[in-house]
Formats: sequence, C-alpha cells, structure tokens
Amino acid sequence: MTTITLPQPPPPASSPSPHSFTATRNACKLCAPLGASVVFRGIEGAVPFLHGSQGCATYIRRYVISHFKEPLDIGSSNFSEHSVIFGGSECLQTGLTNIVRQYTPSLIGVASTCLSETIGDNVPMILHEYRAKQPGGVPVISVSTPSYAGTHMDGFHAAVRALVDHFTQSSASITRQVAPPVVLLPGFVSPADLRHLKEILHDLGLLGIILPDYSETLDGPIWAQYERLPAGGTSIAALESMRHALSAIEFSRTLSPEKSAAQLLASRCDLQAVCLGLPIGIRETDAFFAALAQLTGAPLPTKYQLERGQLVDSYVDGHKYLFGQRVVLYGEEDLVVGLAAFCAEVGLVPVLCASGGRSGRLAAAIAAVAPALAGQSAVRDDVDFEEIGEFAATLQPDLLIGSSKGYTLARKLAIPLVRVGFPIHDRIGGQRILHLGYRGTQQLFDRIVNAVMEQRQTKSDVGYAYM
Amino acid sequence: MLEVLPQRQSQVLTNGEAAVPMACGKPSLAGSVSQRACVFCGSRVVLYPIADALHLVHGPIGCAAYTWDIRGSLSSGPQLHRLSFSTDLRETDIIYGGAAKLKKGLLELIEAYKPKAAFIYSTCIVGVIGDDVDAVCRQVSATTGIPVISVHSEGFKGTKKDGYRAACDAIFQLVGTATKAETDAISPYSVNILGDFNIAGEVWLIKDYFKRIGIEVVSCITGDGRVDEIRRAHAASLNLVQCSGSMTHLAQQLEEKYVTPFVRVSYFGIEDMAESLYTAVRFFNDDTLLQKTRDLVREEVTTIMPQLQAFRRALAGKRAAIYVGGAFKAFSLVKALRHLGMQTVLVGSQTGNPADYQHLQKLCDPGTVIVDDSNPLELAKFLLEKDADLLIGGVKERPIAYKLGIGFCDHNHERKIPLAGFQGMVNFAREVHASVMSPVWQFTPRRQKGAPV
Repeated sequence: MTTITLPQPPPPASSPSPHSFTATRNACKLCAPLGASVVFRGIEGAVPFLHGSQGCATYIRRYVISHFKEPLDIGSSNFSEHSVIFGGSECLQTGLTNIVRQYTPSLIGVASTCLSETIGDNVPMILHEYRAKQPGGVPVISVSTPSYAGTHMDGFHAAVRALVDHFTQSSASITRQVAPPVVLLPGFVSPADLRHLKEILHDLGLLGIILPDYSETLDGPIWAQYERLPAGGTSIAALESMRHALSAIEFSRTLSPEKSAAQLLASRCDLQAVCLGLPIGIRETDAFFAALAQLTGAPLPTKYQLERGQLVDSYVDGHKYLFGQRVVLYGEEDLVVGLAAFCAEVGLVPVLCASGGRSGRLAAAIAAVAPALAGQSAVRDDVDFEEIGEFAATLQPDLLIGSSKGYTLARKLAIPLVRVGFPIHDRIGGQRILHLGYRGTQQLFDRIVNAVMEQRQTKSDVGYAYM
Repeated sequence: MLEVLPQRQSQVLTNGEAAVPMACGKPSLAGSVSQRACVFCGSRVVLYPIADALHLVHGPIGCAAYTWDIRGSLSSGPQLHRLSFSTDLRETDIIYGGAAKLKKGLLELIEAYKPKAAFIYSTCIVGVIGDDVDAVCRQVSATTGIPVISVHSEGFKGTKKDGYRAACDAIFQLVGTATKAETDAISPYSVNILGDFNIAGEVWLIKDYFKRIGIEVVSCITGDGRVDEIRRAHAASLNLVQCSGSMTHLAQQLEEKYVTPFVRVSYFGIEDMAESLYTAVRFFNDDTLLQKTRDLVREEVTTIMPQLQAFRRALAGKRAAIYVGGAFKAFSLVKALRHLGMQTVLVGSQTGNPADYQHLQKLCDPGTVIVDDSNPLELAKFLLEKDADLLIGGVKERPIAYKLGIGFCDHNHERKIPLAGFQGMVNFAREVHASVMSPVWQFTPRRQKGAPV
C-alpha cells in the first residue's frame, strides 16, 4: 500500500530555543589566527607567523593540512614563561630571524594570538625595532588577531585589511594606468573558486588583483624539492599597484564598514568600493557580473551566457526534487548568506541558517538576499554545533549543507550532508570544490539534487535504478 | 640544499659519525617551524580517551576547536570524550576574569551530561588573567560530588612533555579513591595498562591477550578509559608502561605511593609485543602463565608469519623514515621495519630524552640520520638525501612526504587501523605495502628524472 504524504508547512521560525549553555559545545567557528594564516599563505613568497605559543601554529597547521592536503609552514615565536613575564620581543625577533634564514621570504605576516594580546605585547613596536636593525630587510606585516575578539573570519578579514593598509600608505599621487586593475577581495573561498574568479576576470579583459590568492599555494602540483615558498599567490607588485585600482569588489554582506578592506581602499585611493555577496545562485552571480559589466561596459560574454542558460536549464530539470526540501545551512556567515540566496531560488527551504560568527548582520543579510524566506527560516548566529543539532532535531530537516563538521549531526538525523566550505576533513578534494559563479552553482545544484535522489533511492523498498 | 639552523645543529646527527651526544629536551627554537604543539596538547592527548569524563577547555575557542573529535581513540561505552567543550572566553572575560563563566558553564555541563569526573584544562591566557581555576574546581566538586580536576596546561609553560606531566598529575588525583570493597576482588595477577590510548581499538587486542594468559587488567590509562577504573588502579600488582614519555611520571608516582612496580613495554612489532607479554608474566613468576604465554605467542606468530612473508618479499630493501612524538615508539618501529626487510634511514622524535637517543644510536645502522624536534625543511632534506620510500608519522608529516612523492604511514593518534599487537603488525605491513608499492610514484618528479613536473 502506498501512503501519500502531502508536504507539511515548516513550523514557524520562532521555534523554542534549545536549552542554552554558558560553555560552547562543538564550536561552529575557529580562532582568528587561522584565518590570518590562510590569508598570508595567499601572498607570493610570504610566510605566516604566529606570535604566541608553539601550539597555536602547530594546531592550525594540522587543521588546515587536513583540509587542503598541502603543507602549510607557519612560524611561531614559541612563547616561554620567560617571554610571558618579560614580553615577547626577544622570541618574536629570534623567530623572524630564523624564518628569514630558512625560508628567505618576500614577506612575513605576523598574526598575534590570545596570549601575546593579553600580556600586552606591542607587535608593531617590536617590528619597528626589528626593522631598524636590518634596513632593507623583508617586509613584515602585523595584524591583531586575538581569538577572544572574533572568529577565524574576523582574523581573515583583519589580515586582508592589514595588507591593504600596508600597501596603500604611500603619499605619492595616484596615477591610473591605461588598464587600471580591479581589486577583488573574495573572502575565505576555495582554491577552485579563486581559479574560477581569475578566469572570469581574464575572460572579461580585466586586470584583476585577487587578495588573497592561495589557489596554487594551497592546491599545488607535486614537487621535486620541498618548496619553501610554493609558487603562486598575490604578488607584492600587484599589492603595490592596488592604489591605482579602478574599483574594489568585496564579497561580504556581513562585514562592517570599519572592518572592510574595500572601504579602506576606497577611502585611501579614490576608487569605488562594491560590496556584494558571495556569487552563489543566479541572482548573486548576476549581481557580480553586473558589477564587472559596469567596469568593462561590455555585455556578458557568450561563454557565461551559456553557463547561465545551462544552469537555469538544470534548475528546471531538477526542481521537483528540491521543492520544499528542508535544509539546515551552517558555517561562515557569508557562506550561509550565499547558500540561503541560492536555496530560495530553487525552492529549498533553509529552515535553519546558523553560524558561529557574530557580526550581528546575518539575519538582515539573509533577509536582503532571500526575502522569499521570511517567516520560513530561523537565523541563529553565535551558535555551536550542539545548539544547531538540538534545534535541527525539532525542525525535521531533509538535508544539511555545510562543512564536514556537520557529519555527526547528519549521521544522527540519518539525512545527507552536502559538503561545502571549510573544513572538509572526511573527504578528499575540499580545495577543489567550486561554489561560485554560474558554474559553481551548477556543481552545487547537481550535488544537492543527487544527494536527495540518492537518499530516496537508498530508502526505497524497490530500489529503482531509473530515477 | 637547506642547511640546518645553527642553533639546531646539535639536535641532528648521523649515526656512527657523532662525537658528542645528541642535544634534546630543549624548548623549540622560535621560527624553526617545530612539529611539536604545546603543553596543552600534551595534557589533552593523554586525558582525551577517558570517555566518561567531561573535558572542558578553559580559554578562547581555538584550543578546544582544534581538538574536537580528532583522535581514533575508541570507547566501548560512553562517547562524552568526543565532544569539545570550551568556556570560549570573550573580551569581557579577559578584562573581568573568566572564573565565574567557568563555574557557571561547568555546573550546567555536569548537570546535563552527568560525567563521572571533569577535567578543566587551563590554556595560555588563564594563567595571565589570574583565574583561580583550582578554587573553582574545588567548589564545583563540593557542589556536584564528582571529582573536578584542574589540569595545569597553559601552552607556554614548557613543552608537550610538561603537558604529559600535568595530565599524569591529574590522573594521579583519581587513583586510589576507590573503596576497599571496590578493589577486594582484584586478582594478585593484575596489571594496569599505561600509555595505550586505544587508537582503533588497540587496547582491546592487548586486553584480550592478557585475558587469555590469565592476567587481570584493572585499568587502561587512558585508552577506553573510565574514571572508576582509574580510581581502582592502585590495587593492581604491576604497571605496564607503553609511551613512556607520557606515562613514566604517573608510573613513578604510583610506585612511590602504592609501591607498585612498573616495567616498560611496547605493543608494536612482533618482538616487542611478545617481549611485553613475557615481561609481564615473568613478574608473576608462575609457570602456568608462562606456558600460556608461550602458547599464545606461538599461535599468534604462526598465524601472521605467512601473511607477513608476502609483504616482506615486496618491501625488502626499501628505505623508511620515522618521525614520531615519542622515541619509544620509534624503537619498535625500527625493529618492525627490519622485520619487513626495510632499512631505517631517518628517525626522529618530538620529545626523546638523552637515553632514548643513545638507544636509537645503538639500534640503528651507521649512516641513519637521527633528529630531535625537527621541522618540515629538515625532514624534507633528509628524506630526499636518503632517498626514502616511506615516512611514518602523523597528519602534519603526511604532506611533507606526499608533496615529495614519498609513501606514508600514519602512526599517530588519528589513525583508524590498529597497528598494535600481532594482528596490528600485519595491518602495519599492509599499510606500508599499500603506500610503498602503489604505482602512483612512477609519475612523481623524483622517480621521473627529466620529465615535466
């Protein structure tokens, strides 16, 4: 006998909150120096350096390696009790000297840690002292990233902003070249995303500066020797030419203006800052291409018209599988916003949009990109995975979309997990997942529909081989 | 080619050529990119497998986030150890202190999860902001009636080894708290297994051997660990210490207070596994046990030898490198590799002591490079110079091997396959074989001289 079940309307977004704990249980966020380390890895010839205990650098290396399957050498000042009492100047300078000696980098990016911030080390002053001892030495850029003040995304954005700050300080007048560059600040996206963005800029005839660009340094080829400074990354020359840029495009709908590197560039260099969401889904990708068309004055190239058309075509092919499916989205705030925008346009209902971030802008950003979700979607920021799990259990979701850290929950609820973002610790190829543009959306769409189909097939008593 | 940093040259030697003993036990050199973590890491790895305890990390989020469910330590019952709890300190906590938040958070968690004990790990800034964690632990213990133990694991207060020590001190507070009634039935032929963390179920293999021989295992510290077992640990007749770098301190404390002797053992490789069983049995001086042990070893070895032979034929003459946390594991690995016909060309550890390195020098062939507290550049240099076919290490070492086109065997806490015991030796051989004999290496630059990369 066949039972016909009509789709149930989702419960109102104001479902009761699960029991809340003072402590964080399975964090849905990482610490600020991790984000800064990834950014500095995206600068050509740069070495990330953490001013703190040895464990900070080592834990972050381990965590990042497990996702990218690439080495990530991070220097550490390796605090001792002595440095905590007398200050970390000596260990920071020794550390920098040894990094220069071993790696001969073109830049060192120093991120502070909880410890160095709490004892009150003045890193810029220590660096000033260090530079004075070696004129003409390697540029060392510092960024303040205490993890009690934000998540890995705050560390990421702070490092990007510190680089912009450093490379736009010249007082020389700005001369726009014949083809002035476009600065693209994409946020914490995958190497595959970075490659796609480069391809788009290239196809549109734009000279782009992508900051940071770890598309090769965290997804590189096999080596013959251990590459101390793996090839790739935003070049120092490109960073220096940022001041002459025509425009700065930043993908973030949750970053406050005072933390935005694009706004800093705009205020310093008399250029236009364009703040967009991550181009996931048709509308958000359209907005990105529209912003680029403003710069080129040209229509969308045939290649991308075709990609867009194929994406819409696939939306139609797969729409019935997704309509009304209830999903839980979690991860970095901007990723969740992008995924929510996409869900809304294919009929997926994100019954819960959750993040460990706490910009305070998540709900408004989702409402702006996906007004259709109003009343159907609960938005929670500053939450952990146990809260997400407890809340999700009351919402009967069909699907999870987020990092591999949601696997335990997916297993418990016996629903599929579509892996996106960072980290992906239980699969190979996390660095090659494409999320952005029409093409990235296409891949995401296919994976989601296939996850739903596979779930139906697995659960079916008949086991159709033809879906 | 890379030169070893001058300050580190005394921590690198070529066996047979060294005029002075190896320097070791030093804090890592700033900027050397050490593979070590910190004091917190040492404490966290040792205590992690205690499955019915609450593990609360007091500090900002990173330390807890990076240690959430990261190990292959299995539990036969509760899974509480796989959750990551943190006080997730914020700016205001740094300014006004985090003790109140710790107390509130701890009481809620104990209420909700009903653990048998709680371990509170202090991270770097806790010492600096002056939270009296010990006082909070005492108060919460009094309120809840469970042991609430402060683990002094501030990251900067030494090296990973100091973290092991802090963990041992924490465990020692539990030992001996069982009642006489709870320990009355313990056999005189009884041991504690110290320093096996039940990665992929290894301690279950070992416990099974002891059961077959007729020796009672009172507690496993900390693999598949339970608070109540640890509380009874003082009643065992003998302590078997594997992973001596982490557990010798606890064994010494137990010897001092409870007059329980301890012996060092290792469950990796055929000889060391067999010798560990004989070592335990010799202590009890009982012919029946000895005969049972002989039978067990014969039976196990007879089963695995034919399987090992096939791997050995393929692997003979291949060159291996080892970089692990504790040197004691390295001893067993050198011998296990020899069993497979493989030569160890590079060996090192994060935390070896002078005696460990002397022993390694005796054990290894002349020409083997020995390193202490090494880093990616040194490891890469020696891997290539020695033309290694395999690196044995952990997650942080894996990409060093892979990027250079070298095979890899994970012998660290993340592994999901048991490598201890007799069956573990076969698994180890299979792992090594699967990596070294893979056809993928033919495309890598070092095996394709002159070909485009």
